[in-house]
Amino acid sequence: MRYVADLANLSLTEHEVRKFQADLDEILAHVDRLNDIDTSQVEPMAQVLYEAEETATLRLDRERPGLGNELALDNAPLAGAGFFKVPEVIKR
Amino acid sequence: MAAVDVSSLSIGQIREGLSRRTFTSVELTAAALAYAREQNSKTNAYLEFAEERALAAAQKVDETLARGENPGPLAGVPVAVKDVIVTKGVRTTCGSKLLANYIPPYDATAVERLEQAGGIIIGKTNCDEFAMGSSTENSAFGPVRNPHAPDRVPGGSSGGSAAAVAQGTAAVALGSDTGGSIRQPASFCGVVGVTPTYGRVSRYGLTAFASSLDHIGPLARNVRDAALLLQVIAGRDPLDSTSADVPVPDYLAHLDGEVKGLKLGLPREYLKDLTSETGDLIAKAVDKLKTLGCEVRDISLPATDYAIACYYVIATAEASSNLARYDGVRYTMRSASSESLSDMYRNTRGEGFGAECKRRIMLGTYVLSAGYYDAYYLKAQKVRALVARDFTNAFSQVDAIVAPVSPFPAFKIGEKVDDPMAMYLSDIYTITGDLAGVPCMSVPCGKTREGLPVGMQILAKHFDEPRMFRLADAFERAGGAS
Repeated sequence: MRYVADLANLSLTEHEVRKFQADLDEILAHVDRLNDIDTSQVEPMAQVLYEAEETATLRLDRERPGLGNELALDNAPLAGAGFFKVPEVIKR
Repeated sequence: MAAVDVSSLSIGQIREGLSRRTFTSVELTAAALAYAREQNSKTNAYLEFAEERALAAAQKVDETLARGENPGPLAGVPVAVKDVIVTKGVRTTCGSKLLANYIPPYDATAVERLEQAGGIIIGKTNCDEFAMGSSTENSAFGPVRNPHAPDRVPGGSSGGSAAAVAQGTAAVALGSDTGGSIRQPASFCGVVGVTPTYGRVSRYGLTAFASSLDHIGPLARNVRDAALLLQVIAGRDPLDSTSADVPVPDYLAHLDGEVKGLKLGLPREYLKDLTSETGDLIAKAVDKLKTLGCEVRDISLPATDYAIACYYVIATAEASSNLARYDGVRYTMRSASSESLSDMYRNTRGEGFGAECKRRIMLGTYVLSAGYYDAYYLKAQKVRALVARDFTNAFSQVDAIVAPVSPFPAFKIGEKVDDPMAMYLSDIYTITGDLAGVPCMSVPCGKTREGLPVGMQILAKHFDEPRMFRLADAFERAGGAS
């Protein structure tokens, strides 16, 4: 649990670790039934597909106006000088 | 002017009232806002009212009418928008503490289109956090109460939108559906809820939960209004590369039609675990469809038994990736107590996300992690192909499928909240439609002895919304199952 929480950048309390451990055990036990169905002749389906040209999702490679610096930073918890600010990454 | 009773007006009645000058758009909007605020103390359906924006939009409708021009098919119609759909300048929380103060800098395409059509967005509706849940109990801002029974859930995750339409504070609403989040609350609240074909409506501006499964769709008090709202929001959008470049038919032209001779499939896997009252109502609905001239036959969708397992692998895997963006850098909330960057990520997410989001992030991260990808994620994608194949096979024999929406009617608030597996299992009949990407909807079928609404589900093949609406409309006009 701690390893997965680490991968997910998620801090969990002791209580949460115990609770999610039990929940995930139960859910994964249910998920195990996937092994009961034969999929040896099946291609994985990543997306819903329908008949369309291969280029259907392409658009003209033209510049479009973006949000702009000010609007993009508007919801930042901490910003300054046109940047998102974060705690120090590399200690000198 | 006498106070406008907004609680039962259909889109057609609003159009008539505006053209006859019975009320102006501003008067109707003010009345809708006042009524919604008053009702909200009972249901908690709304998280935010968009008063300024609504009145400005209404003013525009009145001015357009005064010039003798056409203000659009949704002119003056009060619309509630689920709070996972962004609205420029109007707080959009996704039901999460993490976004409690988030003010989007742009509008979702669906929002833009419905306003261009004259629709009036009166507020943002409560939902499960990031649309993850089946009861709206996972909102950081308190649960929504079912207008038909205040001690019960409205369903989820679009519970606020369903309750808003059911209590009459909005004529129509936008919801989102990833595993049943439009149809199940529509069923629990006795309204119409439509999950269109995957790609039919642009998701630009819909906060991503599971991108290969997410849909935006309408909730309404009747089939006609739902079809009209879909008409307005459907169609290709260059801002969403997954939106389908398929012409949008005239849905209303397909209503009021005959359904005689329509071949309907009743999947036997969907009838196994129903409560007796839900089962009785579905049986009566099937009888009613037969009296309307439909031919109903028993069909099988054999992969159904694996659908929940398949869905909760794929949806959580995608969710764990999509929710990675909430890291304390860009979106309003940051943990105060962090010295390093990685602590800030961890603590912000730990303090910000509610239990269900954390559970799904953990599950999704696990099934994608090294050594487990093939066993879980890839396997689930293959099973998904089998679920989709079931529908392709079925639609080679029948025109549409009818089924229950949920095994049971609205449950009590708190009843399933500590049992995630029981909550997940309640999505059994709705997640298959999302996995296959076919259009599906819930139409009111009748009520239990206790007065709890039950919905009937109709599923059709990709882009066959016209036939789905025609059947739903005929069923509705025939009085549902009764």
